[in-house]
Amino acid sequence: MEAINTQSFMSKLKSFKSNPFSAILFILVMFATTVTFLTLVFLVGYILVKGIPNITWKLFEWKYTTENASLMPSLINTIVMTAISLLIATPIGIFSAVYLVEYAKRGNKIVGLIRVTAETLSGIPSIVYGLFGFLFFVTTLKWGYSMLAGAFTLAIMILPLIMRTTEEALKAVPDVYREGSFGLGAGKLRTVFVIVLPAAVPGILAGVILAIGRIVGETAALIYTAGTIAQIPDLMGSGSTLSVHMYNLSKEGLYMNQSYATAVILLIIVVVINSISGFIAKKIAKE
Amino acid sequence: MNKIVIENLDLYYKDFKALKNVNLTIPEKEIIAFIGPSGCGKSTLLKSLNRMNDLVEGCRITGLVTLDNKNIYTDIEINMLRKRVGMVFQKPNPFPMSIYDNIAYGPRTHGVKSKAKLDDIIEKSLRDAAIWEEVKDRLKKSALGLSGGQQQRLCIARALAVQPEVLLMDEPTSALDPISTSKIEDLAVELKKDYTIVMVTHNMQQAARISDKTAFFLLGEVIEYNETEKLFSMPKDKRTEDYITGRFG
Repeated sequence: MEAINTQSFMSKLKSFKSNPFSAILFILVMFATTVTFLTLVFLVGYILVKGIPNITWKLFEWKYTTENASLMPSLINTIVMTAISLLIATPIGIFSAVYLVEYAKRGNKIVGLIRVTAETLSGIPSIVYGLFGFLFFVTTLKWGYSMLAGAFTLAIMILPLIMRTTEEALKAVPDVYREGSFGLGAGKLRTVFVIVLPAAVPGILAGVILAIGRIVGETAALIYTAGTIAQIPDLMGSGSTLSVHMYNLSKEGLYMNQSYATAVILLIIVVVINSISGFIAKKIAKE
Repeated sequence: MNKIVIENLDLYYKDFKALKNVNLTIPEKEIIAFIGPSGCGKSTLLKSLNRMNDLVEGCRITGLVTLDNKNIYTDIEINMLRKRVGMVFQKPNPFPMSIYDNIAYGPRTHGVKSKAKLDDIIEKSLRDAAIWEEVKDRLKKSALGLSGGQQQRLCIARALAVQPEVLLMDEPTSALDPISTSKIEDLAVELKKDYTIVMVTHNMQQAARISDKTAFFLLGEVIEYNETEKLFSMPKDKRTEDYITGRFG
């Protein structure tokens, strides 16, 4: 039997006749959605078409040489860089958010100040972070161009992001959970760590995913701090991440094919990281 | 025997005086009902008995509240007070974790670690809250999957699990359907064998049905406090009479 609550396309068109403004709006929103969608499809499609034929096993050799622009060192550097930056920034970001939401008095002036500072920090162009990292970590602390200088710079860059998203996630945890916990005679520490933080994990992870996106995509801040050498260094050595590597390959126009191939790998990494984090978030939310 | 004694209690939210010179004695192992129109201070007084008002910024309390003759604001450590004076909230608020972990949260907070002992506490609490039969096969499932009435009984079980002496109930049935409501009322009557229960309610029939004593609040004052039967059959104060006969409120 035919459903009576559905509207056929023709009857929809008819209804627009009596209401032309609604028709215009309908066309407008459809158009906007299509443009957004097609842009993404075109971009990803273009990179895939250009990049996939150029992915060869040679690109995954351990050593980068001028004959073989291997992306393997950069791939590993990307992972290392992401791990160190997150290791530094995530605990600090989460703990500062816990202070702001759970411990600081509401309406406290210092809290307002910290919030404005964090917001301003997240709006600063990354090259400014790069310059700071260069002057402070590379020059003043004499770390030189190194993975560590890069990671610290990136950590500073993503710190406000993680703090703000964690703050919002904590605020979204209903007060009735806190009341319930206090009402059972639990102290602040236990309430925050056993009840509130676990409930906020999906939101916190969303912030971490955004942060990973920024780390993986960052070039300007790293060129100044971690350098551009395509090798697998120790922490105090210079090494390029995939994005920086891409910049290097394409800036002189000599390795465009390898550059496209690198872009495909970068795309895959981002997709993989996002789905893993999404999976973890779901898993935690279920428990 | 008097379990809780409240003397000359005033309570301010910033400049607003929410409770005015409250004097009440709450006897052991009885059900005390607080009734009155919205905003009359009955929930506020309830929350002063386990110091939940401490969490409210700008709240200032003067006067004396004692539990077993000990000042709850000076002589009893706050977490210990809240263990002894448990609370069930207006809206069921199970934690977003399994039924088992919800009940175990309180005992674990107070240092119970042994699995066998926890299992015992959990079964006993759930039985006492008359919900064991409904959840015994799904203890590891999330508590958020339960119905509203089940969640509220779970919260009662959670409060019982820390072996409190007093149970504060802040309109525990206002968010529930009639069947769940009657289950909770039966439960309250059952529980008063072992616990002192103080219940805020908007429902005068509920107060009349289950409580031993009733206090009528109006604009932050206790207008009348008496045996429930007497208060409802022959109220001494005109305002009480007007309220229980439904002339206002």
